[in-house]
Amino acid sequence: MKKDSRANLIKQGAIWAFIVVELAFFSIAGEFLSVTDTAFMDFDNMLLLLKQSAPIGIIALGMTIIMINGNIDLSVGATFALAAVVLLDSMSWPFMQALGDWAIPLAWGFALLTGVVLGAINGLIVWKTGVDAFIVTLGSMLGYRGLVFMYNGEQPTSHLNWTLVDFAEAQFLGLHTATWFLLGTALILWLVMTRTVHGRNAYAIGNNREAAVNAGIRVGPHFLINFMLIGFLAALSAVVFYSESGSVNPNDGMLYELWAITAVVLGGTKLAGGYGSIVSTLGGVIAIQLLRKGLGHIGADTETVNLVIGLILISVLFLDRQLNRKGREDLKT
Amino acid sequence: MTDTTPALRLDGIVKTFPGVRALDGVSLELLPGEVHALMGENGAGKSTLMKVLGGIHQPDAGTIYIAETPVVMTSPQQAKREGVVFIHQELSLADELTVAENIFLGELPRKSLGRVDWQTLYGNTDRILKTLNVGFDARTRVGDLSIANQQMVEIARALTVDPRAVIFDEPTASLTDAEKVVLFEVIADLQSRGVGVIYISHRMEEIFKITDRISVLRDGQYRGTLNTAETDEEEVTQLMIGRKLDLSRNESHHEMGDVALEVRNLSCGDLFRDVSFTVRRGEVVGFYGLVGAGRTEIAETIFGLRDPSGGQILLNGEEVRIHSPQDAIRRGISLVPEDRKGQGLILGMNCRDNMTLPQVDDMTAGPFVSDGAEVAIFDQYRDKLDIRTPGWRQMVGNLSGGNQQKIVIGKWLSMRPEVLIVDEPTRGIDVGSKSEIHNLIRDLAAQGYAVIVISSEMPEVLHVSDRIVAMYSGRVMREFTSEEVTEDSLIQAISGIGGDKVA
Repeated sequence: MKKDSRANLIKQGAIWAFIVVELAFFSIAGEFLSVTDTAFMDFDNMLLLLKQSAPIGIIALGMTIIMINGNIDLSVGATFALAAVVLLDSMSWPFMQALGDWAIPLAWGFALLTGVVLGAINGLIVWKTGVDAFIVTLGSMLGYRGLVFMYNGEQPTSHLNWTLVDFAEAQFLGLHTATWFLLGTALILWLVMTRTVHGRNAYAIGNNREAAVNAGIRVGPHFLINFMLIGFLAALSAVVFYSESGSVNPNDGMLYELWAITAVVLGGTKLAGGYGSIVSTLGGVIAIQLLRKGLGHIGADTETVNLVIGLILISVLFLDRQLNRKGREDLKT
Repeated sequence: MTDTTPALRLDGIVKTFPGVRALDGVSLELLPGEVHALMGENGAGKSTLMKVLGGIHQPDAGTIYIAETPVVMTSPQQAKREGVVFIHQELSLADELTVAENIFLGELPRKSLGRVDWQTLYGNTDRILKTLNVGFDARTRVGDLSIANQQMVEIARALTVDPRAVIFDEPTASLTDAEKVVLFEVIADLQSRGVGVIYISHRMEEIFKITDRISVLRDGQYRGTLNTAETDEEEVTQLMIGRKLDLSRNESHHEMGDVALEVRNLSCGDLFRDVSFTVRRGEVVGFYGLVGAGRTEIAETIFGLRDPSGGQILLNGEEVRIHSPQDAIRRGISLVPEDRKGQGLILGMNCRDNMTLPQVDDMTAGPFVSDGAEVAIFDQYRDKLDIRTPGWRQMVGNLSGGNQQKIVIGKWLSMRPEVLIVDEPTRGIDVGSKSEIHNLIRDLAAQGYAVIVISSEMPEVLHVSDRIVAMYSGRVMREFTSEEVTEDSLIQAISGIGGDKVA
C-alpha cells in the first residue's frame, strides 16, 4: 500500500515539479536573454500569469471531470463564444439598459444559462442516442459556432460597462477577480470529485462502465450533469473574461477545447477515463501559461511557443508512459 | 515415447522480481510425443516459467535446452524459430482479417512490389487447416468464427513452423464440451507426430484424461513430477497446495424457509425459453449447463440487464417487473457477474470504494460521502468474509482473484439482499481460495439467503448446491436434488439427452 500511495504522490506531484523546473529555467535564462529588465519571477508578473490562465483554466477544470467520466467535449470553445455574445448583447437590450447596474447580474445569468443549456443538449444527445461524445461534440462544436455567426455575422459584439470592468480588474488579497474564479472553481470541483457521490460514480463509470451499471449506477444522468457543468464553466469563463474586455469576435474561443485538453492531459488525466485529478489539471494549466510567458520573456515568438508546447506535451506523455510501464515484462504495444 | 532425448529441458531456472523470488531453481523435462501437464495454484510460477521459456523474461540463472543443446531465448520470435510455440488463453487475433491473414500475419507470402501472393497464402493455409479437420476455410473472416474455432486458428498459426513443443495455456477456459473433444483430438494428433505438449490447466478431469505426466509448482519451486496413470486428484492437489481438499458433494442440510424467488415461464428471445424454477431462503440452487445454454442470460434478465420477452418473476410470492439493475437492487436481488474484472470491479478504485459503490448514495453527510460510514462497512465485511488486504486503500486490482471475488460478494452482502446470484463464482481463482468461496456460499445459505450459483464446473455445482437445474440450449431439461443427482444423469441432461421436457 505504501508503494502505491508513494507512486500516486509522484504521479500527482510530477506536474508541480515540472512547474518548479520551468520557473528555475526561465529565471536563469531570463537573466541572459530577457528583452526586458524585470525579473521573470517578479511578483506582479506571477499574479498576472494566474489571471491569464483563468479563461482556459476554468474550462480545463470542467474538461477534467468530463474526461474522468470517459467522455470529451469539443464544443467548449464555441459555447464560450456564444455565452460571451449573450453576455454583451443582452446588456444593450432596452429593458436591460433601463435596469442600470442591475442588468449585470441578469446578463451574467443569461450567459451562464446559455452555457448550461448548450451543455445539456450535448449531454442529452450522448445519453439518449449512445453516440460517442467525441462525435456528438464535434457536431455541436460546428453547430454552436454557427449560432455565434448567425447572431452578428462577422461583426464583433461589443458592450463596455465600467462597473463590470472595475469588478473584473479588482484585486482582492492581491489576486485578480479572474484568479479567484479559477481557484474557487478548482476548490469546488475538487470537493465534488473527491467527496461526493457524483464524483465517485463519475470515476467508476469512466473506469469500468459495465461494472458501474452492474452496481446499479445510472450512467446517463451523470453524463448529463457533467456536460451541464462544463457548459456552465465555459460560460463562466466567458463571463469573467468579457466583463473586462467588453468585445467578442465571432472567432473567439477557437481551439480553446484543444488547449483545455492539453492542460488536462499534461496534468496526468487519462484520455480513456477513470483516472485524473482536478489539482493536477490546475498544475497543467499553470505549466502551459508559464511556458507561454516564459518563452515570451526570453524573446521567442508565438509560433515558437506553440512548437515548444507541442514538443513538451509529447515528451511528457512519453516519459509518463516509460515510468508507468511496470517493467520489461509489460506488453510492447 | 520411444525417443528419450527430451524435446525440451529446463534446468535450475531462477527468476527474481523486486521483492519476489518467482522461480526458485525450477526444472522441467518434456519428451517428444508427450503431453505434460504443468500445474500449480495461481502465483505458483507457471506463467513466469512459460515467459522465460518464451523469451519474454530472461532467467537470472539456469539453462534452457532444446534437444539437449543449450539455447538463450531472447525473444518470442526466437522461441518460435526454435520450434517452441504458445497457444495463449487470451486469443490475439485480428477480427476483421481472414483466417489466412491471421495465420501468416507478419510473414505473408509476397510477389514483386510488395504485393501479397494470395494464391500461395490461401493454399498454404488450407493445407494446414486440413490437418486440423476444421469446418471453415482460409477465406473466413476471423470475427465470424466461434471462440473454439478462433482457438483452432491460433493452433494453425503454431503449426506454420514445424514445432518441437507446443504450450497450451488454459485452452479450454471458454470451450464447450463438444469443442473440447475436438481440441483433445488435435492434441493427440500433435502427440502422434512426436511433438511435445505442455498443458497448463486447473481442470483435473482434463488433466487426467489427456496427459502422460504432471509436474507441479508451488511458490516458485518445483514440487515433483507424477505419472498420470499412477496418481489421483488428491495426490496432485496435495502437492499443489500442501494440504487436503474437500471435493465431496454437498451433504450439509439445514432448515429452509419460504420461496424467495420464483420464475415462471420466463423467456428472452432466442436466448432461453419457458424457464421456471424456485429458490427458497436458505437454499443454494445450482445452474449447470454448457457455455451458451442461457444460464448467464437468465441471471441478467432477473437482474434487469435484459428485458424478458415473456413470463413472470415473483419475489416473495408477488409479481415484480424489473427493468434495470436499480430496480433489482432495490428489491434485494444482487448479481455477482461471471467476468469479475470486466463486470464486477472498478479496477482503478480501492477496496473500500468498490465495496460501497452501490450504496454510497445512502452514506452521505451533507453533500459529502461519509468516510467513517464507508470504512465501517468495509471493516465489517472484511472481517466477515476474511478478505486479506493490507487496508482499504489497497487498489482492488492488486488483490488475488479470491479476495477480489470476496470484495464483489461483500459489496452485495452489505446491501442485505434477499436473493444472491453468483455467476461462475470461482473462475480464475486458485484451488485453495476456491474451497473458501464454496464454504462462503454454503454459509450464506445457512444464514437464510436464497442463492443461485451458475457454474460450468461439475464438482463445484455438486459441492455447493441443494438442488441443481440442468440447462440445455436455452431450456431447463431437468431438476435434481442433491441426493438423487449422479454425474451421468447430469451430463446427459446438459447434453440434451433424456430430459423431462423434450420439446
